[in-house]
Amino acid sequence: MKVRIDADLCQGQGRCFSIAPQLFGFDDLGNGVVLKTDELTELELAQAQLAQSNCPEHAIFIEDN
Amino acid sequence: MSENPPVQDFATDFDHTDPQWVNNPYPIWEDLRQRCPVAHTNRYGGAWFPATHAGVSAVAKDTEHFTSRTVVMGNGRPGEEALPAPIGVAPPITSDPPFHQHARRLLLPAFAPGPINDLEPIIRQLCVDLIAKMGDDEIVNGGSGYAQYIPPAVISKMLGFPDEDLDTFLEFVHIVLEGIDHPAEQRMEEFAPIEEYFNKQIQEHIDNPKDDLTTYLLNAEIMGTQLSPEHVFGTMILVLVAGIDTTWSAIGASLWHLASHPEDLARLVNEPELMPVAVEEFLRFYAPVTMARLVKDDYEFQGCPMKKDDWVLLGFPAANRDPEAFEDADKFIIDRAENRHVAFGLGIHRCAGSNLARLELRIAIEEFIKRFPTFELADPEAVTWAQGQVRGPRNLPIRVRS
Repeated sequence: MKVRIDADLCQGQGRCFSIAPQLFGFDDLGNGVVLKTDELTELELAQAQLAQSNCPEHAIFIEDN
Repeated sequence: MSENPPVQDFATDFDHTDPQWVNNPYPIWEDLRQRCPVAHTNRYGGAWFPATHAGVSAVAKDTEHFTSRTVVMGNGRPGEEALPAPIGVAPPITSDPPFHQHARRLLLPAFAPGPINDLEPIIRQLCVDLIAKMGDDEIVNGGSGYAQYIPPAVISKMLGFPDEDLDTFLEFVHIVLEGIDHPAEQRMEEFAPIEEYFNKQIQEHIDNPKDDLTTYLLNAEIMGTQLSPEHVFGTMILVLVAGIDTTWSAIGASLWHLASHPEDLARLVNEPELMPVAVEEFLRFYAPVTMARLVKDDYEFQGCPMKKDDWVLLGFPAANRDPEAFEDADKFIIDRAENRHVAFGLGIHRCAGSNLARLELRIAIEEFIKRFPTFELADPEAVTWAQGQVRGPRNLPIRVRS
């Protein structure tokens, strides 16, 4: 599983990089960016899911590739 | 307080300045969600109020049918020529696409987590100093003695205004916020001394550029053109309007909650690692800001026949209490793990200052509970809540020792 941020949906609410700073960072506008672009470990998957369930814009996607 | 006639039925005649709404709006919104869920009123020239998360979300994200030309609901329908409320022409809050994006991109880097997190030591020192000033008082005011000082001092610092002018700046903040729904003409008169002072500061920054928001704005460009001093002034007023009573309301409401819920206060004192999730729950449960939109052209929304230039009151605080969107929505859960609250709005107008607001809220609470690990409301009946589109406690007497 991998995690992805839809840049068109992200509005820089800032929840993902606060909850899971090891997976997400931010760009110079404060929008979320994925730092961990390859396969997620089990622990990382749980963190990604927590970030996803806190994103008000529903901009985080966790996908099987 | 409002001089409008009392409301009998909020579904057909709502008024956000009615004392019932000001003092405790939550049961009203719950009732509306079950009955409407979009309320209407003929007051204010005609307005709608979606009470559900789905309704609020749909309006916030629909810039095709709703305009942000004015975002504070005034006493009548604003004409085409009217200056946008509350701040005149000050992008991006009163801008629509496509211009909105340019104005917003210009502002965002100054409020991104990097530069904002650098302010942490300044904000912490400010809170520590305010608490030290309380001395050995048994009763302190969490509103006028604490929460209300923090955001203006931070904004003044960010703009690079001289520390010794802070009292003058606080007076200006008062004028700007108190007059938010005054007619444009009166507002321009009230703004004259503010404009004069700000222009002096702008000129000072043109002559001696500094590492602050004012110099940043003076150097900023929209589509290759440097901002005019008028645009810089407008944006400064926006920062002031949007960044001050909003944040002090959130700080005040959080202190009010802790003062009246000793079990939550004890948990936060004993488990400081809860602070980040607690801050999000404070923001969900006591979201201070309601915005407004205007209907662009006649449009049917969720079965409601909206007319061109009708107001839509955009209740993010109501969305945050919708049981369709949140489990146990009416319960404050200090360690709520999943919290998609919309306190900072949704879509392209998401609060540009949200990183700053969170930081101020967190530090203000951390320092207060560090100094006062137990406290309670000194006189619950004396607490007053602000009327209008920003809700928070104004008078907040707190007993910090017995």
